This record gives sequence, C-alpha cells and structure tokens, in this order.
Amino acid sequence: MNQLTNAIGRSLPADVDGYGPVQPFAGAFATVPAMRRQAPKVKRILPGEQKLTADLAAVFKRIPVTDGMTLSFHHHLRNGDGVVNMVLAVAARLGLKNLTVALSSVFPVHAPLVEHVKNGVVTGLDTNYLSGPVAQAVSHGVFPRPVVLRTHGGRARAIECGQLKIDVAFIAAPAADEYGNLNGVAGPAACGSLGYAMPDAQYADHVVAITDYLLPFPLAPISIPQTRVDYVVKVDCIGDPKGIVSGTTKITRDPVGLKIAETTAKVIKATGLIKDGFSFQTGAGGASLAAAYYVRQMMEETGVTGSFALGGITGYMVEMLESGLFRKLIDVQGFDLEAVRSLAANPNHLEVGADFYASPFNLGAAVNNLDVVVLGATEIDTGFNINVVTGSDGVVMGGSGGHSDAAAGAKVTIVVANLLRGRLPIIMDKVLTATTPGETVDVLVTERGVAVNPRRRDLYEKLQAAGLPLKTVNELKALAEEIAGIPAAVTTQAKIVAIVEYRDGTVIDVVRQVK
Amino acid sequence: MDLRRTMLFMPGNNPGMLQNGGVFGADAIILDLEDAVAPQEKDAARLLVAEALRTIDYRASEKVVRINPLDTFARQDIKAIVPCGLDAIIVPKVESPEDIRQAARLVAAAETPGQAPVKLIALLETPCGIAEAYPIARADKRVAGLAFGAEDYTAALGAKRTKEGTEIFSARTIVVNSAAAAGIQSIDTPFTDVNDRDGLLADTALAKQLGFKGKLAINPRQIDDIHRVFDPTAQEIDWARRVIKAIRKAEAEGAGVASLDGKMVDAPIVARAERTLHLARLLGLAEGGLL
Repeated sequence: MNQLTNAIGRSLPADVDGYGPVQPFAGAFATVPAMRRQAPKVKRILPGEQKLTADLAAVFKRIPVTDGMTLSFHHHLRNGDGVVNMVLAVAARLGLKNLTVALSSVFPVHAPLVEHVKNGVVTGLDTNYLSGPVAQAVSHGVFPRPVVLRTHGGRARAIECGQLKIDVAFIAAPAADEYGNLNGVAGPAACGSLGYAMPDAQYADHVVAITDYLLPFPLAPISIPQTRVDYVVKVDCIGDPKGIVSGTTKITRDPVGLKIAETTAKVIKATGLIKDGFSFQTGAGGASLAAAYYVRQMMEETGVTGSFALGGITGYMVEMLESGLFRKLIDVQGFDLEAVRSLAANPNHLEVGADFYASPFNLGAAVNNLDVVVLGATEIDTGFNINVVTGSDGVVMGGSGGHSDAAAGAKVTIVVANLLRGRLPIIMDKVLTATTPGETVDVLVTERGVAVNPRRRDLYEKLQAAGLPLKTVNELKALAEEIAGIPAAVTTQAKIVAIVEYRDGTVIDVVRQVK
Repeated sequence: MDLRRTMLFMPGNNPGMLQNGGVFGADAIILDLEDAVAPQEKDAARLLVAEALRTIDYRASEKVVRINPLDTFARQDIKAIVPCGLDAIIVPKVESPEDIRQAARLVAAAETPGQAPVKLIALLETPCGIAEAYPIARADKRVAGLAFGAEDYTAALGAKRTKEGTEIFSARTIVVNSAAAAGIQSIDTPFTDVNDRDGLLADTALAKQLGFKGKLAINPRQIDDIHRVFDPTAQEIDWARRVIKAIRKAEAEGAGVASLDGKMVDAPIVARAERTLHLARLLGLAEGGLL
C-alpha cells in the first residue's frame, strides 16, 4: 500500500478503503480551495400545497429515502436528542440498508446506532465529535467503513463544497410552523441556537423538520426559513430537556483547575490583548469557565469592553454581555437555559451557522477575528500537536468539534491541561491521534508551568516579562515523567476505524482499531 | 528566618491531592494524618504520606506533617515519617512543655544519622495549651513555632465562633506574645469559610496586625490572598529602606539614635525594618540591595 507523510510527519495510506484517496495535511493554511460551491436541487411548492406530513414513514416514502443515502442531523439537543434514534428506527423498519449518518456530534443517547450498524442499516458515520457507546464501537471496528471525523468548520465546508453530500437533512426543531419556519428558542425542547443545522438546511437535497411544538404561521424569530424546508412532521417528543440543557454550568472548585485557570488569565493579560475590542472564546467546562471568571475580573478592573465572545454560549457569557463586558455574543450553540433565554430576547446575541462560525473556505469565519481562545487537550506532544480524539487507552472519546477551527483562527491559542491526568503525563513525544496541529497552538498552561510554542518568540518575551513560570515543553514533559514515569505507548491494530480530517479536508491523522 | 506565611493542609489519605501539593505556592505543605483522616484509614494514610515525602517534589514548599495526638497514634506516625525527609512536624493538642519534650524524644529516636533535625510546631488548641504557651514555646530547641487552632479552643471554652473573632482575641495575643518572647514564629488559625474572600482578607490583616507571621490555610484558593496580606507592601519596603539609611548615616556620624520624618529611630524600629527587608528579599521584592 502506498504511504504518504503529511506536514506533521504522520504516515498515512494514499488510499483508504471506504474513504478513498487521502489528501495529506499540508499546513494549517496551505490548502487553497479550487472548487465551486455545490447547489441543491431546485424545487418548488405551489400555492395551497401542504408540508405537514402525517408521520416519518410517510416522509420516507414521499422523498423517497433509498438505500445508500446520506441522512444528516444536528446535535443541539445533545444527550437529550430523540430524533436520530426515531428516524433510524423508521429506516430500519422500512428495511433500508447502507445509510450514512452525518450527525454533527454523537452522544451516549445515540447508542442504538450501534445496533443499526450491526444490522447493516447504517454503514457510514460522518461527525465532529463522538462519545459514549458509539465511540467505543468505532474504536472496536464495528463500522464497516472508516468514520470521518471533521471539525465544526470543516463539516460546514464539506457540505458547502459538496464533499459531504446530504440527501436528506432531518432537523430536530424545538419550534416550527406548518410552513417550515424553525427556531430553537421556544418549546419544551428549546436548545437555543440551531447553528449546526444551518448548512444542512441550506445544501441538502431534502429537508425534513421534526418538531413537538407547532406554532401558527409565521413563526418568529426564524432561524431556518420555510424556503429550505420540504416537510414538517409533528411528533410527541423530540428530546429530553434534562439532557438538552445542563442548567447553570458551574465554575470548577478543583483547586488544580482553578490554579490553571488563574495562570491562564495571567497569560492572557500578559499578551496585552485585554483592551477595548477584546474577543474571546472558551469552552463550557468548569476549568474553562474559571478562566472566563478571571478574565472577567481583569476586564472589570481595567474597564475594558470586549467586542464579542464566541462558541458554545453559557449563562456566564450571557451575564458578561448583559453587564456590558462584551458588545455581542456570536452563538453557534447554546449550553444552558440562560443562553436560550438571551438568544430569544437580546438583539446583541447573534445566532450564526457553523459556516459563519468556523468554515475555512468562505470570506470570513468568526474564528478569524478571535483574539484569544482557551482549549483543552487529552494529550499534547513536544511539537504542540494536540489530541482531543482518543483517550490514554486509544479509544475514541471526543473529537475536534471547534478545537482546530478556533486554534487556527485566534491570535493566541492557549491549551490548558493538567500536567498529570490521573497518574499519566499529558505530554509525550508524539500524540496518539493528532487533531489540532502544533503550528496553531501558542501556549500550554499546566499547574506546574507554562510552555510557549517556540514559533511565538514574541509571546515568550511578553510572558517572561510578566513573570510567568515559563518552561520548555520538554522540561514540562520531563517533570511529568519524573513524577509519574513514562507510560507505555498504546498499541493498536492495523485497521483504520476513523479518518481525522483537518478543517480544510486534508487528512491530519487516522485512528486505528484498539486491541 | 523561615518563611511560613501560609501552611496549607492537604489530606494525608488523598493521593491526587498529595501529588499536587507543591503547585499552589504555599510556603509550607502540611500532610495531615490527624483530622482529615478517619480512624480506620490512619495506617494507610501514614504509608501514603511516608511515600509522598520520599517521592513527590514539593518544590519550594516546606514539608510538614501533622501527626496524631500524643495519646493516640503519634508514636507510629513519628516512626514512619521522620526518616522520610520532612522539615517539620505539627504536634496537635499540645497542652504542656512535657508534651513537646515527649515528641522531641520520639523524633530524636526516629531520626537517621546525618539527617537535618526535624523541627516541631506546637498546635495550641485547648485552654490548657494557651495557658502554657510560653513554657511550651521554650520546651525544646526543635520548636520553631506556635500555631493556633481556634475551632477546638472555642469548643472547649463553650464560646461561639464568629467571623470577627472577638472570642479568640486574647488567645491570639497570648500565642503571638509567647512565640515572640521565645524567639519563634506564630501561625494563626485557619479561616474556615473558603468562599468568603473578603472575610479571609480581613481576618488575615488582623492576624498580621496582631503580630502573627503566617496563617494556616485549608484551601489552596486562600494562599494568594494570605500572601498578599503578609507580603511587605512597596510603602513598607520603602519605609524600611529609609530607616536603615537613617540609622547608618547616624552611626557614621557617631550618633546613637537617628530620626526619620520627625520620629526617633531606635532599636525596635530598626529590627522591624530589618525584618521587613529580609522578608522582601526572601520574596524577591527587594531587588537592588538594602539601600
């Protein structure tokens, strides 16, 4: 088999069964697009025609859905999603085979997907993030074709460019009207932004809205418009609100996490970027929120008004918007009820699609305007390459999501991680699965020191002047190994179970079956 | 002068926390075998703490163990941990000089040849302990400090604990005075509401005002705030420098006393200024030498 080596030294087969030719990762901004946007079929609807359809099986027949099609879904209902399982159960009942599921993120609630794979109903999966039983099934080689792992921006790009061709987009709609206008801010399954469904709605050949909350025409506000929706199906329940929103997301109380967060805030301050117009993205995890807490304190102390906060939006970000610390929130995904409430009511809280958020191949993704992003990692190597796909046992437990997108776009990308996770060092010579390339990562903050990517001499000098505890990444690695020893490398089987695409569609790494 | 602005308690039965004890920047880490550990876990915690002392790098933090009271597991604790390379032992519920002498004998017996002498810090947390503070402070040359524990003390008194600490005011001054008279350090009781930052700052400021040299901490989040209070301020450092400059000038001119800002600079003032500058140097706050 022909082998290629990509720009971060990963050896890849030139062609992968079930995926096709591999275009190797050439550098974060090396691949220049030479293609046109795809266009969905032109269709029409005549006056008096109805979109509301009795049930899902009827929709399957009217489209019709046939073997081998690609069905897409969004993940805004997260671990409370009921729509993916509902649609696939219909597909199985109708005897369909060889479907590809293009679901923006997979959660434990999607466990029934494994049975559909075993029965041949589903043979392909295209996603940005995987967790729970499906992730484990992928790692154990249950899928006949390699799963494609993309970034959030990369998925939007692939849809726009026709590389991820969607036959039918099934859109879980917390609120809808009979003519197909949809939003996520009303109804029992309100989830906030529908950002990850927007490219699907725009480019799929057929769009089916599934809702449990039908409102009179015209619905307002409109997140996804009637002009792109073929059918509306009313069901009893699209999801479990307990799994959709997490309530109030709390700042971590773990002292090590707080230490890392506080150091992160000092790093941000040292970069000099906390000034009027400051823009920021961080995750919804406890440690990321703690970093936001310290950043907020600094913004308040210095009287800085930021331009925008981006990414998954939490109540904490909403508070910062409402207290005037940011002028806008750009929301591709809400994480709690406060985010839902704010999106519905506040004109400065903007709902955007995944393409606007992070696609590398358009004329301006929001990530390009980020000053600082704070991201996590399961592993980091001495070249600052990050793994957020596989755990220490080699099993898939995540995915890039917006990790690589934000890292590429931001002026300063900070990765925060405990130097020791449990009793394993987090830094190694070579991460098991490269997800985000080191050239887009600037600073690593751990509880035992801060390492700056040697490419950023300018940052190093600023952090040194601020008195931060700087070490080289090799020194941090040695320190971790001194405490915990050198972990044995994970060995895997030869079979490729997932392809990790960088945001531009090149292959940055592959995931192999675990032993 | 040993730096003990903060002494951070870490439970001796929690491997994850013990592993991270050195990352918070406390002047001393106290690996606790006493209150944090249930009776049935004492032996396991003792083994864990001994291993932690031998293997974990606590960086600049002094390594301290709080053993169990002398009438319970202190003998086993001392035997297990003293050879493992610790700096000091906190002896809880000390009530008499004899308690300290007994602890010192046990430590001496457990020390290995060539080992730096292990220091003792007496934790005074009973009315008897407070009453005997000065003799306890002078009971053995190993005693490096008196620490005050207000919770047990007020429980024994039958007094209600308050945030402002009226009920422990006299005990605090006794501890400070006894330690100062014996030429050792005084360490204040912990502030137990970890979510009340303003309360911690006020309580620490009071402790510093009374003369304490440091404060026990029960949560890593308290460390930076306690340091902020105990660290000499820029104004204090500047004042200290001017005091020393004034006294040097007076000495050069053959005068016994100097004056600064219209006030006499005598020996106690000079001693305070020297201590401030020494602390500032230890903390890297006084670059450029004394003057």
